Amino acid sequence: MTTPLPPPKKKDPVERTRQPTQPPGNRSREAQGLTAMAAVGRFALQTCAACGQVQYPPRQVCGQCLGDDLPWQDVDPNGVLLAETKLHHANDLFFRDRVPWRLGVVGMDAGPSVVAHLAEDCRQGDRVKLSLNLDRSGHAVMNARPEKPGPNQEDDMQLRELSMDPKDRRVLIVNGKTELGLALARAFQTAGAREIFVGHGEPWKASASLEAIRAMDGVTLFPLDVTDTDSVEELASVLGGKVEILVNNSYHLRPGGAVDRMDMNVSREEMDIHYFGLLRLAGTFGPAMRGRGADSAHGACAWVNVLSAYAQINNPAFGTYSASQAAARSLAQCLRAEMAAGGVRVLNAYTGPLDDEWHQMVPPPKLAPDMVAGRIISALQNGHEDLAIGAVAEEIAERLAENPKEIEREIKL
Amino acid sequence: MARTGSARLGYEGVAVCVPVTIPYSRYSLRSAHWFCGRALAELIKGAGLAKNDVDGFCIASFTLAPDSAVGLTQHLGVSPRWLDHIPMGGASGAVALRRAARAVQAGDADIVACIAGDTNHVDSFRNTIASFSQFANDAVYPYGSGGPNASFAFLTDHYMREFGATKADFGKLCVAQRDNALATPHAMMKRPLSLDDYLNARPIADPLGLFDCVMPCAGAEAFLVMSADRAKSLELPFARILSTIERHNAFPDDPIQIRAGWAMDVDDFYDHAGVGPEEMDLVQAYDDYPVICFMQIEDLGFCGKGGAAEFVRAHDLTAAGDFPFNTSGGQLSVGQAGAAGGSLGLVETIRQLTDQCLGRVVDNARHGLASCFGMINYDRGLCTSAAILARGDR
Amino acid sequence: MSEGGLLSQLMGGILGGGIRVVDLTMTLQPDVPTIVMPPEFGQSWPFRMEEISRYDHRGPFCYWNNLSCGEHTGTHFDAPIHWVSGKDLPENATDTIPVEKFLAHACVVDCSTQADKDPDFLLTQNAIEDWEANNGKIPPRSWLLMRTDWSLKRDPAAYMNMDADGAHTPGPHEDLIPWLIEERDVIGFGCEAVGTDAGQAGHFNVPYPCHYHMHGNNRFGLPALTNLDALPPQGAVLITPPLKIRQGSGSPARVLALVEGS
Repeated sequence: MTTPLPPPKKKDPVERTRQPTQPPGNRSREAQGLTAMAAVGRFALQTCAACGQVQYPPRQVCGQCLGDDLPWQDVDPNGVLLAETKLHHANDLFFRDRVPWRLGVVGMDAGPSVVAHLAEDCRQGDRVKLSLNLDRSGHAVMNARPEKPGPNQEDDMQLRELSMDPKDRRVLIVNGKTELGLALARAFQTAGAREIFVGHGEPWKASASLEAIRAMDGVTLFPLDVTDTDSVEELASVLGGKVEILVNNSYHLRPGGAVDRMDMNVSREEMDIHYFGLLRLAGTFGPAMRGRGADSAHGACAWVNVLSAYAQINNPAFGTYSASQAAARSLAQCLRAEMAAGGVRVLNAYTGPLDDEWHQMVPPPKLAPDMVAGRIISALQNGHEDLAIGAVAEEIAERLAENPKEIEREIKL
Repeated sequence: MARTGSARLGYEGVAVCVPVTIPYSRYSLRSAHWFCGRALAELIKGAGLAKNDVDGFCIASFTLAPDSAVGLTQHLGVSPRWLDHIPMGGASGAVALRRAARAVQAGDADIVACIAGDTNHVDSFRNTIASFSQFANDAVYPYGSGGPNASFAFLTDHYMREFGATKADFGKLCVAQRDNALATPHAMMKRPLSLDDYLNARPIADPLGLFDCVMPCAGAEAFLVMSADRAKSLELPFARILSTIERHNAFPDDPIQIRAGWAMDVDDFYDHAGVGPEEMDLVQAYDDYPVICFMQIEDLGFCGKGGAAEFVRAHDLTAAGDFPFNTSGGQLSVGQAGAAGGSLGLVETIRQLTDQCLGRVVDNARHGLASCFGMINYDRGLCTSAAILARGDR
Repeated sequence: MSEGGLLSQLMGGILGGGIRVVDLTMTLQPDVPTIVMPPEFGQSWPFRMEEISRYDHRGPFCYWNNLSCGEHTGTHFDAPIHWVSGKDLPENATDTIPVEKFLAHACVVDCSTQADKDPDFLLTQNAIEDWEANNGKIPPRSWLLMRTDWSLKRDPAAYMNMDADGAHTPGPHEDLIPWLIEERDVIGFGCEAVGTDAGQAGHFNVPYPCHYHMHGNNRFGLPALTNLDALPPQGAVLITPPLKIRQGSGSPARVLALVEGS
């Protein structure tokens, strides 16, 4: 049985906010393969192409047959808990702040023995399931939970350090006017968010989604226009110290490329909203969130960028849009590195075409907003950082990994 | 488990002498070079030699970095013709001994100084464990950064459940060692320890409490290896070597460590020595945590696997008892001076067999066993070594 | 310049009393709305301002900003070239309009009561004729300014008053504009809403008639004015120069009025 998460307390004004520290982040090049798997939510280990031996910890030569072809393959994550301990003392500051801390050794069905963070309700001899999660330093760690999860397992305090669970956290959704904005607000509410703030610009333009959000309990609307530095600064001065999860749902899609539709104004709007908008948000909300990365079990934990899958490969039908998304993606990587100092993680959610008016001419499959919002919540709960949503985005990720030139040639106008 | 291959040579004509300890301190501003240098000074003073009479060095240290034994030669102004640096931490003592003995037998060196020393600055222990090995960096330290406490907590937890050992069994061993330590001048822990103290200690990493864990400190242990003839001419009391073993990464398929390399080599060990476990008058086992003592008692043939708890219940482990064990107090009471922990038991064995005890004396000791263990590279200790010494003729 | 010169008299009035200078301009700030076009059309940039330095590491001695906005932002001047009907006229852009046209009389028609009751209120020829009965005939080359007090709506959403069928803001009736040009020879039309045409003018027989006819006849527009309540029905002089932008279709303007009396 997992101890229920204590509800957030009002801040004691005379108590110093716990400063963010990171768990040890020193990893070998081989071990970064684990990070790549954890980032996308896979449980994969090096598996020898010659003899099939599953390797752990990561290495460059097979521990059995000395083969050097060790591709990452999804493996059975289950095993038996061979030993457990609860640390009451740690040499590193991050864990020193958080002891007692539970660890275990898991004998995997796939072969290796694995040292893992251990959920509260696992006992020696139990069947457990391992997952790879990113810790607050952004590196992959093994995490053991009961094979059959018990009630409120998401409340496990150690698990909470590895996830970005919205439960009892305050969320800001930037650009709540869209259908996805509404779906996100609903999904965060279902996931137990403590408060939801929704920013929206150009208030003279009506939006059915915004009206639906206005009718929700526990949701507060704020004026926010990411193209207006004053507006972003103003809202950050009001909410900066409260936001624990920021979702940048800025979205401005116009069809057209560079040769067939050279339009500086449209292209600049795209850049202003997707790239400069993110920059304005980062510069104003980033510092406050980073400073609160360790502020109790409910501190700031995540920054979500809803990006297009075409941020990774240009779709000439939406050519300048894709380029502005690529700029935003690059900036998000910068943001990820900078926010790491506070243990605040950056989740990039790559969407395929949404089922909206701007994709009217795009054939299916198209994404329903509820599905996109649901996937984002689940990625937060599981601590991923790169999320491909829907068949199109997944296919792009796969084809990019396989042969980037092939997909560059094949994306058609 | 039988050894394969041709019969090994014995260690006839080799002497082990001049046991030296540079007194321990919790923290030190001195460098590892200082501890090694002081050890060499004590060795030549004790042997009545000039510095350059020592023509071989075998060094073990974690904190010499960025130097190795090579840098140390210039630092100490020596010009040896035989030099070794053993990166085996807690297993370095008996490994240094067997390397040095063969060098002396072969004539590659006349007098080898085996020195293990480390300093302990504030924060050097954290730095050592934070970059201990690639596997530890990648797959252990990020998990709570508990260092060896966490690793031995796993082994202890598993061992207790597998074999029914209790906290009180480990406590009996720790209490006996503390009793031994009370007479050792350089022991860091000199307050008497009761079983209640042990059982009620502050938890460190369940099931380990405060008195299950060694205290990292600064210090050095050293001894000389030379021919028996040379020792006699220098009028040095010495011990003879009956056998030695070493083994690395034994039993890799065990999902969690319940035994170590000694179990692979134990039959050969006693065959080669020509004496059995029942003839050991004292045993110095590697003891950074009590569970590894239990494994050594089993793997070195004093009882069967899983029998150590029963064995400890049935015996008195103090120097005056029927199973004199870690007679100086061991690392658990003297302290763990880094790699010197791997020579502490060997140096104490030499003292007991050459009548140079600093503390408790085991009466009429003729044979002693010193066993070493080291290097938790990932989830288990990889290196084991051991030596059986006998009282030398004068 | 002699003491009794015309300009001296003017300055004497401004400095010594007798002539008030009234600011008819909205403050340019990021939330000033601009005309909303269907999203597939090009859009006017809103007013944006980024600090260059503020006596800090970016410039220790000075405070200044970079600005961006569309030509038709805030209180602004519409040049004839703005509309397709005026595209080929001579002297039709901000840099070519003869500068004396930036000074003109103003006639102010108070429609504030009607606009308060009906956001879609349209100003008609009949209403102007009623107004002339009280205030005299509109002199040639005057501005016709429609006072609605619409500029008092500070909430951008209320000011724009958008609905699914478009904006609902007061403006001129489509029949009024040709009459004003042909019969009264006005220099242009000014108002308090975001554009010179009524919010629903896109649905008129001639869409956006004020723009179409005024600019097609080389006349001007002056939307998003404020403080029209401080002007007399007749007699004020407006100063309306736009920025001298090459082939500019308009520009934000600091619109001032000179009013006799204290």
